[in-house]
Amino acid sequence: MSVRHALLALLMEGPKFGLRLQQEFESRTGEVWPLNVGQVYTTLQRLERDGLVESDDDGGAGAQKDFRITASGQRELAEWMETPPDAGIPPRHELVIKVLVALRVPGVDVHQVIQAHRRHLVEVMQRYTHVKAEAGQHDIGLALVVDAELFRLEGVVRWLDAADARIGQLDAIPDPIPMDVSDSPTIVASRR
Amino acid sequence: MSAMLELRGVSKVYGSGPTEVNALHDVSLSVDRGEMVAVMGPSGSGKSTLLTIAGSLEEASSGDVLVDGSDLRTMSADDRARLRRRSIGYVFQDFNLLAGLTATENVALPLELDGHESGVAHATGLEALKTLGLADRASHFPDDLSGGERQRVAIARAMVGNRRLLLADEPSGALDSVNGEAVMRLLRNATKRGMAGVVVTHDAQLAAWADRVVFLRDGRMVDNTMPPPSPESLLSGPER
Repeated sequence: MSVRHALLALLMEGPKFGLRLQQEFESRTGEVWPLNVGQVYTTLQRLERDGLVESDDDGGAGAQKDFRITASGQRELAEWMETPPDAGIPPRHELVIKVLVALRVPGVDVHQVIQAHRRHLVEVMQRYTHVKAEAGQHDIGLALVVDAELFRLEGVVRWLDAADARIGQLDAIPDPIPMDVSDSPTIVASRR
Repeated sequence: MSAMLELRGVSKVYGSGPTEVNALHDVSLSVDRGEMVAVMGPSGSGKSTLLTIAGSLEEASSGDVLVDGSDLRTMSADDRARLRRRSIGYVFQDFNLLAGLTATENVALPLELDGHESGVAHATGLEALKTLGLADRASHFPDDLSGGERQRVAIARAMVGNRRLLLADEPSGALDSVNGEAVMRLLRNATKRGMAGVVVTHDAQLAAWADRVVFLRDGRMVDNTMPPPSPESLLSGPER
């Protein structure tokens, strides 16, 4: 989450001071993302240094100092909204590595390992869903934030389901694969 | 308080000899009033079999099934049929509404079949539709309703009267995620009002609406989630 751009977006509605920006950030992200006020001030200082916001210079310093977005701040925000997030490079997924390891270690039931992770993920999803259910349908900020987490977690559960089914279909022990998992993405690609 | 639904060591075997299939093996599950339980598992894990046995549409090969404290095995066929009509509501993936009946008539049908006078049944049916925000669709036929509306009619039918056990098989199967969520909200509200609910699904987002999730694999219950702790624990973030 770019705190920088979130603050620029809040300033599009008009000048605001730091504490108010912090409160609005939290309420509009469904209070799922806590943000401390110190982080808000550090970010504002950097934005001001980069010419993306400006503040009153008339001595109104401290907590009540108003910040305004500049024209280049507005351009920066518009560009950022349409820039794809960095989703191109697959991260080395810890869960993938754990399942690969479980597949190779003698005496380990890989299905049981998969189920332990599945249960944990579904429990986290239950907690998020509970937050959404209790909040009602009108808190759009919270619903969007929680949905994003739920879709991400669901994706991981679906990967576990697919892994479970794939491994279940193997009737023999698979060909040996190296235990060196430091380059795990290529192991996934080259297996079988 | 006794459970609304209780399965004790339930097994189900289809066929015999070389074609024998163990659809369920020694499954025990207890669902209280006010509780929603989701059953997750891959295709062929026994999820739907569990639901049809709980709803008395099929008999267990062994083990006990108790609905509201009554053992299905010791009940007469008539009593079981009455239990299905009066106490158990079913929601199916494909809605199963009758195309020739209006929304109200579909919802009122189980009451009429149970001997209620037609006017009373219709009034009760209309009331159930109103609860689900469908008052203005009451006289529409299923073909004139959207998928989400059809499923809400089906839920109204499953809740009408004094039903106590709500059984749903992939209840939002063909719906988009927002309509699917609306269906789960309604099922959750129904259980919060005191029904016991069992939802069978392979979809983790739907299962997450339940108070408890149980996992089936090859006909065996292999795991279940713990009751969700307070939502505050999310802020400290175990899963980031």
